[in-house]
Amino acid sequence: MTIEDIKKPENLVYRKPSLLTDNVMHYCPGCSHGTVHKIIAEVIEEMGIQEDTIGICPVGCSVFAYNYIDIDWQEAAHGRAPALATATKRLNPDKYVFTYQGDGDLASIGTAEIIHACSRGENIAVIFINNGIYGMTGGQMAPTTLIGMKTATTPYGRDPKLNGFPLVIADMIAQLDGTAYITRQSVHTAAAVRKTRNAIRKAFEYSSKGIGLSFVEVVSTCNSGWKMTPVQANKWMTENMFAKYPVGDIKDILK
Amino acid sequence: MAEKILMKGNEAIAISAIRNGVDGYFGYPITPQSEVMETLMKEKPWETTGMVVLQAESETSSINMVYGGAGCGKKVMTSSSSPGVSLMCEGLSYIAGSELPCVVVDVMRGGPGLGTIQPSQSDYNQIVKGSGHGDFHNIVIAPASAQDMYDFLDWGFELAFKYRNPVVILSDGIIGQMMEKVELRPVKPRRTREEIIRDCPWAVTGKPASRQRNIITSLSLDADVQEEFNRKLQRKYAAIEENEVKYDVYMTGDAEYLFVAFGCSSRICEAVVDILRSEGIKAGLLRPITLYPFPYKEIGGLAAGMKSIMSIELNLGQMVDDVRLAVNGACPVGFYGRQGGNIYTPEEIVEQFKKFNNLV
Repeated sequence: MTIEDIKKPENLVYRKPSLLTDNVMHYCPGCSHGTVHKIIAEVIEEMGIQEDTIGICPVGCSVFAYNYIDIDWQEAAHGRAPALATATKRLNPDKYVFTYQGDGDLASIGTAEIIHACSRGENIAVIFINNGIYGMTGGQMAPTTLIGMKTATTPYGRDPKLNGFPLVIADMIAQLDGTAYITRQSVHTAAAVRKTRNAIRKAFEYSSKGIGLSFVEVVSTCNSGWKMTPVQANKWMTENMFAKYPVGDIKDILK
Repeated sequence: MAEKILMKGNEAIAISAIRNGVDGYFGYPITPQSEVMETLMKEKPWETTGMVVLQAESETSSINMVYGGAGCGKKVMTSSSSPGVSLMCEGLSYIAGSELPCVVVDVMRGGPGLGTIQPSQSDYNQIVKGSGHGDFHNIVIAPASAQDMYDFLDWGFELAFKYRNPVVILSDGIIGQMMEKVELRPVKPRRTREEIIRDCPWAVTGKPASRQRNIITSLSLDADVQEEFNRKLQRKYAAIEENEVKYDVYMTGDAEYLFVAFGCSSRICEAVVDILRSEGIKAGLLRPITLYPFPYKEIGGLAAGMKSIMSIELNLGQMVDDVRLAVNGACPVGFYGRQGGNIYTPEEIVEQFKKFNNLV
């Protein structure tokens, strides 16, 4: 079999989603953001909803998400994405509206916005990337940083006496009547990627049912911020992050 | 004959929003403007025009809902009062930096801090000079009656969409709470989805195959790109300053003394001019209707023939800085103001006028 034979369309087993642009990603090698972006592009393509989807970007590493997925986007101020998405969805109830937010954005400066969007039962999907650190600003402590974890602002490790405790936001919002589907996933293995894709698709589908807010947390790596290789970061995540942030469905009101 | 209804200035804003095809209102309760959202909730416009009305969890959130709605090309607005507007400054900066249209109503109360719930005009500097980080301006229009509240909302949206810029209706507790006759203008329907796509090609309306994706953002890390964007904003502001200055004059034709006052203070100063005229003193009044753009040229033009100009404000001296810039030394500039919710009487201003001009 020649190279030309291999390249024939019938032999195609994998391709880049058509909604993923050709822009070179600014993410560090090993970062989870690129994988989650690809999954979102795949889901929107699969569902055939490019024209019906509006994304809201956060502030943080994924501030440039709009450069990579070929849909209409609006950039929020730090933490405010759920407020924007609330208005976007209420003014355009026939659209699929989602936010894409990191842990600093969603679980620190944006806690009021996410909690009240959940409490009001806004019909949006929220994709929450939890890597336990502020990536964009250079690796400072996030609300989700684990006890003992070293960051630029906890150089001796997070000490609860000094820095308080990690915030487990998904479990908190699962208590709220306005949420429909809450799940925590990861993208460190092929199997995990498939589960996350299913979760994101479900979140998008639920957001059009008028049953409340859907929330997909993706426990992620920030190997640059964690100062590890991508492989070490995946291992550290499974051994440490999963203990505090176990993967699996937390709430599904249609089950 | 057009229908006239007795209503508060705050109620006029709400009724005007429904009748002028506003798509969404996002607010948070704060005295002395809570009647805006209360009236909207009572009227239930979602059942008639389809207008969205939502009580947010904070002013921070309500202005960001406005930012989101504006990004969709919708006619969206909020209202608040001074401490709440302080929280909205972040959002105003993003809205200006993303070149989006919206209307924000500030029914001013006294500060700083929690201050007082009583009327004031002490947000002049916050709204006209600042309201957030970066080189940007709000277009600022100042109503002086309940009728203005009704009419300026529509005018505000016209300016906001013409220039893709936030417009602030800078009102105060007197105008918001005062009941006056308001003439209802003909109803304007909400724009259809097709009209929004036609008129706002920049809006996030969902990307069809026929166009590039629309991205609403104020971010550019490239220094040259960011600088050029700011220069573009300045060109827009130059056009606004050239085309949109609006003011009113009262008895300025032969005036030797000029008062400058906006909003509720301009109504009080009309009575001041009448008293002085009855005593044979040739006084006149210029009321800036747009505070940004400010009528520098018009005040400067009048200053040459004046013995003095006084700025009268319900604060301790904010707009007077702009009056001084406009006058540029052509005649003496005085100031009189009250604070804390105290409101001057015309007689009180007459006394201060005579003291300043050595006419006692």
